[in-house]
Amino acid sequence: MSSYTITLMTVLVLYLLANLGIGLFISKKQAKLDAEAGTGFINNYFIGGRSMGGLVLAMTLIATFTSASSFIGGPGVAYSKGLVWVYLSIIQVPTAFIILGILGKKFAIISRKTNAVTVTDYLRARYKSPVVVIVSSIALVLFFMAQMMSQFIGGAVLFQTITGLPYVYGLLLFGAIVILYTTIGGFKAVVTTDTIQGLVMVLGGFIILFTIVRVGGGFEAIVEKLNVVNPTWNDPTVGGTTPKAYVMSFWVLVGIGVLGLPQTAVRGMGFKDTKSLHNAMIYGTIVVGFLMLVMHISGAFAPAVLDPSEIASSDYVVPTLVLKYMNPVVAGLFIAAPLSAVMSTVSSLLILASAAIVKDIYLNYIAKEKGNVDKNDAKFDKKIGKMSMITTLIVGIIVFIFTIYPPDLIVWINLFAMGGLECAFLCPILFGLYWKKANATGAILSSVIGVVCFLLMTTYKVSILGTTPIVPSIVVSIAVFVVGSLVGKKSDEETLKLFYS
Amino acid sequence: MVPKLTEKERNLQIKKEALISIGLYVAFFLWWYFAGYGLAEASKEYIYIMGLPLWFFLSCVVGYVLFCIAVIVVVKMFFKDFSLDEIAEEGRREGDEG
Repeated sequence: MSSYTITLMTVLVLYLLANLGIGLFISKKQAKLDAEAGTGFINNYFIGGRSMGGLVLAMTLIATFTSASSFIGGPGVAYSKGLVWVYLSIIQVPTAFIILGILGKKFAIISRKTNAVTVTDYLRARYKSPVVVIVSSIALVLFFMAQMMSQFIGGAVLFQTITGLPYVYGLLLFGAIVILYTTIGGFKAVVTTDTIQGLVMVLGGFIILFTIVRVGGGFEAIVEKLNVVNPTWNDPTVGGTTPKAYVMSFWVLVGIGVLGLPQTAVRGMGFKDTKSLHNAMIYGTIVVGFLMLVMHISGAFAPAVLDPSEIASSDYVVPTLVLKYMNPVVAGLFIAAPLSAVMSTVSSLLILASAAIVKDIYLNYIAKEKGNVDKNDAKFDKKIGKMSMITTLIVGIIVFIFTIYPPDLIVWINLFAMGGLECAFLCPILFGLYWKKANATGAILSSVIGVVCFLLMTTYKVSILGTTPIVPSIVVSIAVFVVGSLVGKKSDEETLKLFYS
Repeated sequence: MVPKLTEKERNLQIKKEALISIGLYVAFFLWWYFAGYGLAEASKEYIYIMGLPLWFFLSCVVGYVLFCIAVIVVVKMFFKDFSLDEIAEEGRREGDEG
């Protein structure tokens, strides 16, 4: 190992250990508070006792949906396509605002009334249908595992490129740490580390843009150079190769569709009060916009300082910039940002996958069947506690093993899982909150047909009016939801009163 | 103290806030579309600001700043604080929601 690598690794390892330490410290503190308050394990482990303040809510929301692709994949594409990719990423500016504005208060109230800690809990209360619960739990666990795997792969490849050490070493390092603090610390550790990781991402954004502008000799010089080396950099159609309908499709995939992602929606159940929510809407918008703008502009500016012959593929743009232009300490600090994006996404998915298995499936169906559910029984609470942690650990280890024997096409898997989740959850979540006629028939049909439609259209590359498959699939899932709800049995009075009175 | 609202008032307020959120979201979309594609398609002779083409500068840089300001204004003006845990009894209202 060169001294460059050693210095860089030291910075990284220190940062990762700090994450672990803080995660474990928070969980220990929380355990003490829980013991004093006498609140149940489930409520604390899976939703952190609904105690998030504004900054934490904003940062965990952003950190969860800002993944490796915002730091590596996205800027890489911006390198070759130019400003249109920044334009595309800007679609995500109002996302935090719309999620919290539409789902926040309604979810907060319903989840308090029904003691819900997962999105599936809410679906169960709203639709009173075991089929809805089971279908959504299975969809969630499957898609989440795919997403976690793709995140781990993204992080490990980055680690390998930067340090030259084997892929598995990086994975062992940050993978083990994220699995450990999530397993032991639960939701509270997840959102606390998310907040730190979110701030590190902002720092990373500053570092890379500053580096490029400095190396490129200032704004003017970069622009002049871009006009020569990448003449279509300022054209939103990239010389006619990037159709409008394709770009517009992202208003569904990373725009309104995000309302249907359980990992972001569940944040609506965990905040403390309305003031926290209002602050999170403001902080969230400012931070997510900054990250998207800065990271993608960096990518679009990069051709001025990096020749195409220096990179093997677009995913290498950011790592190559780091190695070529950053001193090892700065490089370590910067690389902490994409690794943070990976860890914060994985930790959130991991705790939810575990919740789906323990809370949504085991507690609702298996434990009930055996007739040994007693919520006030301290012994039972302890047993569930142990079980939850073991489940989190096992899911983490399975994903870890998948990552060591990775399938190709990271981005494809990730986008596929995201679209699938949106098709499965968007209508049941959104219509269930605001439409009285929404019912189980609509929810089941919409989830199943929406996902199948998306799978088929993605596999066979069907495009309608030049859009990507997510657009027609969401339209189909909405249509099916409405028809199903009008045809199916109405929700009972009790449910309607709980939700709409 | 966080004011308590009745169940009905709470739901009405939430619905209002959701509609306002959708309104602002649509407004951002329109800004993004017309400042971006609209301007870029209007003329191939781009105008430049600080080296960036005007379509990009308006849709992305200005759009981002404007949206942040809009969110602050909208949240401060239209979004209300109320208790999530407790509700006021029907007919016997307390607090100073206004």
